Amino acid sequence: MRSGVKAWLSTIDHKQIGILYMLTALFFFVVGGLEAMAMRAQLSAPNLKFLSPEAYDQIFTMHGTTMIFLVVMPSLVGFGVYLVPLMIGASDMAFPRLNALGYWLTLGGGFLLYVSFLAGGAPDAGWFSYAPLSEKAYSPHSGMDYWALGLLLLSAGSVIAAVNFVVTIVTLRAPGMTIRRLPLFVWITLVNSVLILAALPALNAALVMLLSDRLLQAHFFDPTHGGSPILWQHYFWIFGHPEVYILVLPAFGMISEIIPVFSRKPIFGYGFVAASTLAIAFLSFGVWVHHMFAVALGRVFISVFAAASMLIAVPTGVKIFNWAATLVGGSIRFTTAMLFAVAFLLEFTFGGLSGLAFAIVPIDWQLTDTYFVVAHLHYVAFGGIAFALFAGAYYWFPKITGRLLNESLGRWNFWMVVVGFNLTFFVQHILGLMGMPRRVYTYPDLPWWGVLNVISTFGAVILGLGALVFVANLFASLAFGARSGDDPWDAWTLEWAAASPPPPDNFKRVPLVRSRRPLWDLKHPESPDWATRGGG
Amino acid sequence: MFSPQSPEAHAIATLFTYFLVLAAIIFLVVAGMVGYSVVRYRARPGAADPRPTFGHRRIEITWTVVPLVIVLAIFVFTIRTMATVDAPLEPDWPPDLVITGHQWWWEARYPNGATTAREIHIPAGRRLLAQIESADVIHDFWAPQLARKMDAVPGRAAYIWLRADVPGTYQGACSEFCGMQHAGMRFEVVAEPEADFSAWVARQAETPAVDPGERLFRERKCADCHAISAGDNATRIGPPLAHIASRKYLGGNLPNTPGNLTRWITSPQSILPGNRMPDLPVPADELQELTRFLETRR
Repeated sequence: MRSGVKAWLSTIDHKQIGILYMLTALFFFVVGGLEAMAMRAQLSAPNLKFLSPEAYDQIFTMHGTTMIFLVVMPSLVGFGVYLVPLMIGASDMAFPRLNALGYWLTLGGGFLLYVSFLAGGAPDAGWFSYAPLSEKAYSPHSGMDYWALGLLLLSAGSVIAAVNFVVTIVTLRAPGMTIRRLPLFVWITLVNSVLILAALPALNAALVMLLSDRLLQAHFFDPTHGGSPILWQHYFWIFGHPEVYILVLPAFGMISEIIPVFSRKPIFGYGFVAASTLAIAFLSFGVWVHHMFAVALGRVFISVFAAASMLIAVPTGVKIFNWAATLVGGSIRFTTAMLFAVAFLLEFTFGGLSGLAFAIVPIDWQLTDTYFVVAHLHYVAFGGIAFALFAGAYYWFPKITGRLLNESLGRWNFWMVVVGFNLTFFVQHILGLMGMPRRVYTYPDLPWWGVLNVISTFGAVILGLGALVFVANLFASLAFGARSGDDPWDAWTLEWAAASPPPPDNFKRVPLVRSRRPLWDLKHPESPDWATRGGG
Repeated sequence: MFSPQSPEAHAIATLFTYFLVLAAIIFLVVAGMVGYSVVRYRARPGAADPRPTFGHRRIEITWTVVPLVIVLAIFVFTIRTMATVDAPLEPDWPPDLVITGHQWWWEARYPNGATTAREIHIPAGRRLLAQIESADVIHDFWAPQLARKMDAVPGRAAYIWLRADVPGTYQGACSEFCGMQHAGMRFEVVAEPEADFSAWVARQAETPAVDPGERLFRERKCADCHAISAGDNATRIGPPLAHIASRKYLGGNLPNTPGNLTRWITSPQSILPGNRMPDLPVPADELQELTRFLETRR
């Protein structure tokens, strides 16, 4: 790899671009995490005045927007951009320059979002920016304009990445790698890219309409001139709910790679894991109204979306059962990566089940927009996605750097995050059930509210320190970590056949692909997968 | 949500309890499977890789179909509870009260013209049809012990059943982020016995009683030239009268007696010609009332 600032700024190498994406995500993870700490400080006791309501509203809006668009999206795209070509035995993405453009648009979008702080105030209408609160009449400063413009850039970057993934996976696979032999991470990235291409146009359209309202005096969402605030909600959530799956599917992909390797067994039910991804992708376009059950939309209309929202639990459950079944009969190695993957199984199951509550319409009528939602979404976003990202980082760091992440720091990282995370968010379910709405900068001193909130804040401190251990581990191991060799985990997919870190064109020679586990076949000529059911 | 106080809230709480039990069972099944595996199948030092297994069609079908059946059952319960909470009503049923969200307070209007803010009174034990509206951005009316929540969307009326089984004061809050004082947009629902509620709503429809003399003071335009409340420092033509009764003299050297005050009000020009107060033709009964009122301003 070429090094030096100029080489990094002008790179079109998929590995360098992947690293840029991941470093950007890491930077914003620290920023978004500090925002979360500020919120937890303000909420640690009733009627505190640590943050003003203006500041609190800007911070929670930026926290949500940052974590979704500047942390999870770029880290998943970053892992994808880095790993997909290696996993399919290609030397780069199909469109290397487009790949670079996608990254720089993402960085530009992040810059626009944050420069708003200097330009009169950050956006303050929440990450879903409901109209008419987000309109000029109620949010006159320019924060919302920066929000809409920033998201347009980020969205364009995501679409570019998705196009690139589809073309790369369809056209650049190594000889013998049929669609049924794709590593599940690649398979899921392919489905996910289609999801991005279908969902993000709705967001872009809504953003352009909002900007027209704000800057050109249009009235798309203004009820006083015949516009409709509900229209914004439909547009936003027809993007927004598939977006939840866009964020979580690549995490599923990582888990589907990591659990088999550390269980020393191939994934249980490859076909069902792959097919359930398609089912999720399809159903994800029929569930968006469950974000709007508290709007009076008509009982029959709502019931249809309730049914779809419940159905999507079935393919998700299939995945969880298959991961768990992969553990059964294995020879499980508890590396930090595997610890995070196993914790993912439990935390994500918990978050999925609490999500089922919102498909049950009458429960949603009580709990939507309360701390129960905050708890649920963090069990999915942190207990699910972030745990998978931690697992992925410990698993692929050796491939990217040639060094292992320190396992002792890894254990500290893992246990602090698990304890801190559950302390922070478990009690928030109870607060929601007690009637605490989300997005309040303070709350009255009702029985138990103060106690539960201070527990949550205490947990957040442990969680924050645990995340710091992770950041420290990254930098310490990069400098002093043990050399890993090319294949430290005795894994089976093609990226482990390349050197660590891989040279610019990745492979000297791509091994022959005759099954889903080409490196297993190579290492076990006496019992190759292609001779048994694992051929695919 | 823990102590529902209406049939509607009760139906939701019951459904939630069923859900909680079911979710706990499913979680324990998964946790049991994972927990058993991580203990039982922990790698032994030097162990070789186990023989590969790739899947099992019958097991896959089982764990697809069983959840499907569970989900169908949940769906049936969902629909039934929805019908209880949002019981249908005949068309053109007039609302019993109209609740409007404002940045950042709640207004309630009753059919007899009564209007109130923040404190919403209802008769205990009777189901009211509440129309939910917004005057500006989207709010959400939520009194968790009594009813489902309902978004208040500008330009669009929505309806809920609002009821409390027993008298009491129930907490409520806005549950849709609506701007800076979203957190401050709390309210109480006060449920009281039918008779108390009727009295309350009738009283709220009347303008509060004012001293009839003070009303005359304003209607007869005295207030245009004289301040009548302490601390009213606006520049006016005439002297302030907030504590007129405590003073020794009226205009000039006219002793401050009820009789002189009456004379001054009707014909000041005959007492101090040229002063800025015109002679005013005031009917005798009103004059008496005004004098009485001013004599109370000590």
